[in-house]
Amino acid sequence: MSLLSVDDLRVAFPSRHGPVEVVRGVSFTLGRERLGIVGESGSGKSQTGRAILGLTPHSGTSTAKRLEFDGIDLRNATPAQWRALRGARMSMVMQDPKFSLNPVMTIGRQLIEAARRVSSRAEARDKATAMLEAVQIRDPARVMAAYPHELSGGMGQRAMIAMMLITEPDLLIADEPTSALDVTVQVEVLRILDDLVTDRGMGLIFISHDLRLVSSFCDRVLVMYAGRVVEELRASDLGAAQHPYTRGLMNCLPQIKGGQRPLPTLQRDESWAL
Amino acid sequence: MADTSVQGEGRRGALPAWPWKLVKLGATVALTFLGLLLVTFLIGRVVPVDPVLAVIGDRASQSVYDRVFVELGLDRPLYEQFWMYLQRVASGDFGESFLTKKPIAQDIARVFPATMELATVSIILGTLAGVPLGVLAAVRQGRLTDQIVRVVGLIGYSAPIFWLGLLGLLVFYARLHWVSGPGRIDISYEYSITPASGFLLFDTAMQGQWDAFRNVFGHIILPASLLGYYSMAYISRMTRSFMLTELAQEYIITARVKGVPEWRIIWVHALRNAAVPLVTVIALSYAGLLEGSVLTETVFAWPGLGQYLTNSLQNADMNAVLGGTLVIGGIFVGLNLLSDLLYTLLDPRVRRK
Repeated sequence: MSLLSVDDLRVAFPSRHGPVEVVRGVSFTLGRERLGIVGESGSGKSQTGRAILGLTPHSGTSTAKRLEFDGIDLRNATPAQWRALRGARMSMVMQDPKFSLNPVMTIGRQLIEAARRVSSRAEARDKATAMLEAVQIRDPARVMAAYPHELSGGMGQRAMIAMMLITEPDLLIADEPTSALDVTVQVEVLRILDDLVTDRGMGLIFISHDLRLVSSFCDRVLVMYAGRVVEELRASDLGAAQHPYTRGLMNCLPQIKGGQRPLPTLQRDESWAL
Repeated sequence: MADTSVQGEGRRGALPAWPWKLVKLGATVALTFLGLLLVTFLIGRVVPVDPVLAVIGDRASQSVYDRVFVELGLDRPLYEQFWMYLQRVASGDFGESFLTKKPIAQDIARVFPATMELATVSIILGTLAGVPLGVLAAVRQGRLTDQIVRVVGLIGYSAPIFWLGLLGLLVFYARLHWVSGPGRIDISYEYSITPASGFLLFDTAMQGQWDAFRNVFGHIILPASLLGYYSMAYISRMTRSFMLTELAQEYIITARVKGVPEWRIIWVHALRNAAVPLVTVIALSYAGLLEGSVLTETVFAWPGLGQYLTNSLQNADMNAVLGGTLVIGGIFVGLNLLSDLLYTLLDPRVRRK
């Protein structure tokens, strides 16, 4: 049985001109594999991730024909059910550690708070230290006592990853986990994330706007445009992409050789959104 | 050279440069006070009250007038007079009240505890009610609870406090007999307690005089509730807006993702962050209360700073007015320092700068 199955997921927000659907019928299933979701900003990829965790903002509504996690129907989950799932069995790495970590709590307290979901108070501290080591932080004791603003972006994001994996969840959603980081640090953080996900055999949804990065990192890729999945591919078959939007995403990357100048503008077409 | 070495130390971040910080703090406080003294001194010189006449009365002869004029140093240049004023103030001498014929310092030591006790009880009540209400309003934004908190706060803002005071006395004192009437304490108790700190709740509790304590409590609770209601209106509005800002932050989503229970997200994660600006709001409300609320003190016959200052002003008792102004200025400086200090304690981001 698949870990997660999503059928006809829709997320809508009210606006002055009636409700606007930002996710319009997304369907996919996920096993213990790595699925990439790619699209430009506003394509609905982040809202898809949040809807799976039941974190659609209050003003919005999310509906689906089917939204099941490990046999549990998430559509009518009670707050108590959600709390039992979130953190313990499914979690999410967010984009920018500058904003996604609580500024007035030490890293240690935030890690322990997450670890307490599944372990005792005494174990939680050891677990937090071990987890920081697992994300290759050399001096865990110092980082535990540090506040988020005292860490670099890369360190902060590693602490974030440690915090989200400390409970060994079955599903991890990574929402642009490296977009706020320097290019040099990106690779490092991705490798750590990759190793941990592989070791623990969890399902991963990797949300990014970077098609090449996603395809090098995931088994399968969903390409989203205007709230819809326009193409689903095996990562290895990227070259065989049919949809003009996917091809456009691939072509707009600069190459060292080749002198493609100017870079082609990403083409959009009203008809793809229908 | 010495300066660069201190800065170098700060940059390394190994040691917080505490001694240097204290020097800077001291300099700031000293300058603030100097400015305050200068302003009060100048006010005392520009008001159309002749200090000589205030001493000798208006029926003394010209020769007496001239002698006192010289004795008070009024023939000297202004900067010399200011220097003398500074010296006197530094030794705790604010002059004598023309009204009570006592040293100002002694007068203020008598009336200030009354105001401070009332202000302290009020701000505690205001904070205890205002913060939870503000949090509640933020969490239930736009819903009925929010509207109720808003209306209750609006009444607190807009109803004149003397009117609420009279109404309160009428209902809770005259009709229901729930509280005691005006004044700080019944006369029957007034001479049975030994004054120590001047804070009657504290003094009676320390001396184990629980009857007197209950009596003092009965007197303070109504004015303190009214002033507290007024602070609550402000504190709850500010808490609501700070909480709305914090609840919209990304780290709140992180906490939800972690499966942190909702009460903990609100009261620990969000409120802990909202507490940083709230400290300043509460400190300033407290400072406002410490000035003494003239109207409340008049309605409740509360022998506090507000009443004392108003009395002095109406009788052109300039020494008392200046002394009182200095005390109020000192309170503001002190509370600002305190809130700065709390700010650094609450927000790790401003700790090492």
